[in-house]
Amino acid sequence: MGGNLVQNYGEVVAMVLFGIGFTNLLLQKNMIKKIIGLNIMDTAVYLFLAEKGYITGHIAPIIKNGDFSPDTYINPVPSGLVLTGIVVSVSVTALMLSLTIRLYRRYHTLDLDEISTRLKKEGR
Amino acid sequence: MEMILNFPCLCILLTMFSAIISSALNRRWARYLNTFVVTLVGILSAAVLMFTLTSGKSYVYQMGHFPAPFGNEIRFGSLEAGMALFFSVIMLLSLNGGREKIRMEIDPGKEKLYYIMINLLLSSLLALVYTNDIFTAYVFVEINTISACGMIVITEHGRTIEAATRYMIMSLLGSGLFLIGICILYDMTGHLLMEYLYTSISNIMAAGTYRIPMMVAIALIVVGLAIKSALFPFHAWLPDAYGYSTVSSAAMLSSLVSKGYIFLLIKLIYRVIGFEVFFGSRIINVLFVFGLAGMIMGSVSAIRENDIRRMISYSSVAQIGYIYMGFGLGTGAGMVASAFHILSHGATKSLLFVAAVGLTDASGGHKEFDELTGAAYRNRLAGAAFLVGALSMVGIPLFSGFISKLLFAQAAVQSQGKALAALVVLAMSTVLNAIYFMKTVIRIYTPTDKKYEVTAFGYKVSYAITLGCFILLNLLLGLFSQPITNWITQGLTILQ
Repeated sequence: MGGNLVQNYGEVVAMVLFGIGFTNLLLQKNMIKKIIGLNIMDTAVYLFLAEKGYITGHIAPIIKNGDFSPDTYINPVPSGLVLTGIVVSVSVTALMLSLTIRLYRRYHTLDLDEISTRLKKEGR
Repeated sequence: MEMILNFPCLCILLTMFSAIISSALNRRWARYLNTFVVTLVGILSAAVLMFTLTSGKSYVYQMGHFPAPFGNEIRFGSLEAGMALFFSVIMLLSLNGGREKIRMEIDPGKEKLYYIMINLLLSSLLALVYTNDIFTAYVFVEINTISACGMIVITEHGRTIEAATRYMIMSLLGSGLFLIGICILYDMTGHLLMEYLYTSISNIMAAGTYRIPMMVAIALIVVGLAIKSALFPFHAWLPDAYGYSTVSSAAMLSSLVSKGYIFLLIKLIYRVIGFEVFFGSRIINVLFVFGLAGMIMGSVSAIRENDIRRMISYSSVAQIGYIYMGFGLGTGAGMVASAFHILSHGATKSLLFVAAVGLTDASGGHKEFDELTGAAYRNRLAGAAFLVGALSMVGIPLFSGFISKLLFAQAAVQSQGKALAALVVLAMSTVLNAIYFMKTVIRIYTPTDKKYEVTAFGYKVSYAITLGCFILLNLLLGLFSQPITNWITQGLTILQ
């Protein structure tokens, strides 16, 4: 059990980071901290994919010297998934930040709960 | 007939490109283009539906140059085509019904952006319905989320921005879980295409060595999608988002966006996880319990609400609970009932939202119940439409809601050990539904002497036609339920 954890330390770190990011996104009150949590969570997934996709001693799949042996190269798909995921998380982060700016201009606070209580008090 | 096989891919590309082209048009042409594209998608999907119904088979369409285990694919059978048709019909009707409101509530400079969002929403829904690759599904889930957020936030209102932020946070939690689940699944199987995943998963489950990690991955995916579709404890954003956004957005969010995720889940259950594996796991018990809790709590919250739009929104929470309760029953009949409820709830909830806006506009724009007294006399058509929607939600025969309740009850009787709980909660939920919907109906049909400023909105021809179509759709689903359930059953069978 312990040996497996040490051997697969990359995956363990990825899962711990995912947990940290997830709880931050869920529980932080400050919007910026929430967004940081979102980014930690997404990055943890990319770390997991990169860790799983890389095989020690293999190189990126660009064919050299006519070598077609699968033992030379790594699978390109996990790297492709990481790139796609990065694009998605960048756009989502941008959207969240723009929403945060809107909220801050209107209510002069980054605390989402405070905004909610104020909205309820206004009653509209 | 070869030509028809291109239609699903064509629909996705068409909607996506029309979103891009709309950014270069003015608002009127963006509106025309949007209406044209949604109608065209409906027609093309109807053609695909006819084709797949007559052949009774499913088709795989290769995207790009790489063949099966590596490339990307689209796959469609009769169920997928029917869902695409249903989504485009509901979208067209919701947009038409709320057209005046869109003009009134959205800044003219931003109306174009609204139609871009609608086009993107339709393209992502179509992709979720048709795709055969789970990572593509993830990407389109995110596109769906982003466009839905845009649709909420387009009416510049403190409440909608707050609701959109909450919606984004919940959705991102859900998609984070979905993404990590997909990645774990990919690491264990080495596949992203659904049928290869299915074979690998059934091999792994048969071998029994990696049972627990596999169950964890499946649970992450299912919980992620459940969070995104606002299953009971994750619904905090929903009443504000549905209650304060423009009416077309509310109708589409409740009857399309959350249903897109649920349909994806149905697809994953049949095509990736496998019917036996999923129903043999304990995940369905969790879904069952949360579904039952949602059915009760959603209705209780709706009873306490004093705002008609927010009341309808809370009713959505209860209806999503019904669908997950159907998943939790663990029988094929439960899945058929859930799939039928996607249609029934989609048709009824958008009708209720569009009818409610006619009633509130006839009452000087007030949404509180005190002001709505006698609103059905001030706008007779909207009143009648609301009555139809309310009767359908309560489950009166003739209307679609009755059929879905009947199917759920039948499925509950067939299930093992869950029959009693499901039937009791179904009955309680029906009574609670009746309390708040009948309260509203009685309220709007109580005559009053109070005079309100009559807005011309309710008397537009397009609004009347939309409501007529919605009522017709509801009756259609209620009266011709047998062919529809046959179609769903056949579609679910060839999904595997």
